[in-house]
Amino acid sequence: MSAWETVIGLEIHAQLATRSKIFSGSATAYGAPPNAQANLVDLGYPGVLPVLNAAAVRMAVKLGLAINARIGAQSVFARKNYFYPDLPKGYQISQYEQPIVAEGALDIVLDDGEVKRIGITRAHLEEDAGKSLHEGLPGVTGIDLNRAGTPLVEIVSEPHLRSAKEAVAYMKKVHTLVRYLEICDGNMQEGSFRCDANVSVRRRGALKFGTRAEIKNLNSFRFVERAINYEVTRQIDILESGGQVVQETRLYDPDKGETRSMRSKEEANDYRYFPDPDLLPVVLDEAFISSVRATLPELPDQKAARFASQYRLSPYDAGALTGSRELAAYYEEVVRELPQEPKLAANWVMGELAAALNKENLEVGSGKLPPARLAGLLRRICDQTISGKIAKEVFETMWSGGASADAVIDAQGLRQITDTAAIERVIDEVMARNPAQLAEYRAGKDKLFGFFVGQVMKATAGKANPAQLNELLRRKLGG
Amino acid sequence: MSDWHTSTLTQLAAGLRARKFSSVELVRACLARIDASQAALNAFISVTREQALSDAAAADRALTAGSGGALTGVPIAHKDIFCTQGVRTTCGSRMLDNFVSPYDATVVAKLKGAGAVMLGKTNMDEFAMGSSSETSYYGPVRNPWNPQLVPGGSSGGSAAAVAARLVPGATATDTGGSIRQPAALCGITGIKPTYGRVSRYGMIAFASSLDQGGVLTASAADAALLLREMAGFDANDSTSVDTPVPDYVAALEQPLAGLKVGLLREFFDKGLDAQNEQRVREALKVYEQLGARLTEVSLPNLPLSVPVYYVVAPAECSSNLARFDGVRFGYRCQKPRDLTDLYSRSRGEGFGAEVKRRIMTGTYVLSAGYYDAYYLKAQRVRQLINADFTRAFGSVDVLMGPTTPTPAFAIGAKTSDPITMYLNDIYTIGANLAGLPAVSIPCGFVQQLPVGLQIVGPHFSEARVLNAAHAFQRVTDWHTRVPQGYA
Repeated sequence: MSAWETVIGLEIHAQLATRSKIFSGSATAYGAPPNAQANLVDLGYPGVLPVLNAAAVRMAVKLGLAINARIGAQSVFARKNYFYPDLPKGYQISQYEQPIVAEGALDIVLDDGEVKRIGITRAHLEEDAGKSLHEGLPGVTGIDLNRAGTPLVEIVSEPHLRSAKEAVAYMKKVHTLVRYLEICDGNMQEGSFRCDANVSVRRRGALKFGTRAEIKNLNSFRFVERAINYEVTRQIDILESGGQVVQETRLYDPDKGETRSMRSKEEANDYRYFPDPDLLPVVLDEAFISSVRATLPELPDQKAARFASQYRLSPYDAGALTGSRELAAYYEEVVRELPQEPKLAANWVMGELAAALNKENLEVGSGKLPPARLAGLLRRICDQTISGKIAKEVFETMWSGGASADAVIDAQGLRQITDTAAIERVIDEVMARNPAQLAEYRAGKDKLFGFFVGQVMKATAGKANPAQLNELLRRKLGG
Repeated sequence: MSDWHTSTLTQLAAGLRARKFSSVELVRACLARIDASQAALNAFISVTREQALSDAAAADRALTAGSGGALTGVPIAHKDIFCTQGVRTTCGSRMLDNFVSPYDATVVAKLKGAGAVMLGKTNMDEFAMGSSSETSYYGPVRNPWNPQLVPGGSSGGSAAAVAARLVPGATATDTGGSIRQPAALCGITGIKPTYGRVSRYGMIAFASSLDQGGVLTASAADAALLLREMAGFDANDSTSVDTPVPDYVAALEQPLAGLKVGLLREFFDKGLDAQNEQRVREALKVYEQLGARLTEVSLPNLPLSVPVYYVVAPAECSSNLARFDGVRFGYRCQKPRDLTDLYSRSRGEGFGAEVKRRIMTGTYVLSAGYYDAYYLKAQRVRQLINADFTRAFGSVDVLMGPTTPTPAFAIGAKTSDPITMYLNDIYTIGANLAGLPAVSIPCGFVQQLPVGLQIVGPHFSEARVLNAAHAFQRVTDWHTRVPQGYA
């Protein structure tokens, strides 16, 4: 065990899936031409005023309820003042002293199966900034304000995470949750879900936290893990060689796999936060909160627990199948068709289906191979029309062609041979063709059983019912 | 039509509806007076002549067709703090010298919707920061009663324009007295409505929690007519209040008998000029004769208004004016070397001294380590002042007192000493801090200079304060006096 303990807190920025921006009517869709989605409010024109998007408030409250947090009866928007070209007003509207959500928690499962509760200090609403463009603009900086004013919820964890792995597990948990709640599309490539990691180390057993570095803008789980691991090693190296970690903001360079200093605490801005006089405090009554609570879906942990008990699945399977709402819904559709075989359905959804989707980078909700189709295939395994092995071939044909299991089985003549006489006939032929192997087997070389199975399967193009074949072959070979 | 200026805005609106004269005639006559006075008063930054004449022609067609609104064809001017689509909107600053607004402020759109015809944009203290209209990039406005004197500020252009009868009415804004103080110094009527009564959308922000749009007119009746069309909830302004707008005009004639008037002890302090006080006390006697009952009330925290204001307003302005960075609109310095140079020179060259002073003050009071001692403490005192007013309105209907400590002062007299200048707003700031409606009406003269009486009411009591102002104007004629040379 290392002499050092890692302490991590994450600030996750999740872009809320509202149609319009948090303080203006502009659309939030990704990928529009620069500044096509920036109106006068987003541009910070003289005289314009912000108007809060109620949908963003509902989404933040939804998150708060899902993490058992306290919903602020009154939350206040504040101005965070600093100059930057992609910040049109010269301040970002955020929440500072009175956030909309406070004191929540999420459970993560550690490698050893232990459940650890991660505290969530707060979650607050804020607007995103725009972005500066340099590519293809020699000598000048372009500014795209499409993203300016996009609603974000910043979810701030307690410093409860003790490793990069825990940090990733927690981040994935939040990622799953926000997609369950349908408040964020979770698209990390487009920046809809990203985080800053506060990382420090201290001697094991020490009570005081070490000096932390904040690693900004990590937009993949892999980067979070690598950046934290790099940073932990860096800090330990400094401390072990007698140095001191400086409090600073660092950037992770994914190409080099390292973090580097962006600005120190001394260079940090004094943001001069104060309540935004253009916006009234957000006052939420019980009726509003109840109305949001009524829209809460079954949450990932609840669903996993139900899957485990209702479908008699292992905690691991239940967790994997509830990784997204779409996957869980797909699974339940399959089981609805095939109520007696939840385990078989689980294996196929997590196995063949997941692999096929993954290969083509498709979402489970893509519509390719609807659940009823997959159930149709599994039904043919259950009623012994085909073997599990043949089923995999049928699955591939169904996946690429879109036909039903029965159509594929019939067209390719894959129906399993379950006629005892027919199987016996093939066994007899195989035995007649291989007298030497037969003699050896009978002399005690049991291993050759597999050889005979193979020969029969080959002769029947794999269609012989495996259980029947085993039984008949054992009897016949035994003489 | 050359004698239109002897009529009130209300009479002009009625005359237009009765087709006694056309809007084009009236607008031409106003433009002639604006042109003739501009060199002497400098009341306007922009005159929108062609647009005004074409709008007036359209108004005349509407009036002929019988489809006019309450203000159809009535000429007005807008303080150059209100954004006007397609028209330069400078806020009195070099920073916005080249800024043509792509949209109309809600106030501008509403008045346009009611049929009013805009003649131009009036001069003002830069970004409304000032009490004398001397900080304008476009030069000082002069007081029509005496061109050596200031008209007050920051809405000095609108006030001078109405006082000299260049237009029958003008919009204005009031953050610490910027409607009422120039109204007093120019001998006209000005109302600052309740905070949230008039939309701030499109009104270039100075101090968002204090700014409120209002009007400057010759009489309370005219103010009632304009305000009725300007006021109301606006979905674009989260701080505007969704409560119905009463018919201020219809409420004007209510009798005053039994009106409980509180005299603000703190307003009759040693800073108040003795002759100014005399005129105010004479006005109060008129109210007694009208049936009002006068009692003295005390608002012990009110003397803290000025220090509180000069923390809160600069704090908000330091943030509100951050958007003027030379990046997207407005002034940009020549050949910036880098980003910091772009910011510092664009802002350094684009803003005038008073604006910079307030941005620096505001930045300071919001800084880490000073926030609690200044901003937070100021907000707490603001609540105490608020509570004082609430308590006072438990026993009286309106509060009365002087609008300013003295009549108009000389141009340049206070520019070197900001504190003396700030103290000119000592009686007006309280209503902004508490968000209360307040009017200033002319109540006499000291050495040929007008003196203002201030009437402050509880939240959303515009109808009552206008009613009180109108009752006074029915029995006095101070509001009909026009400066020599403009009569």
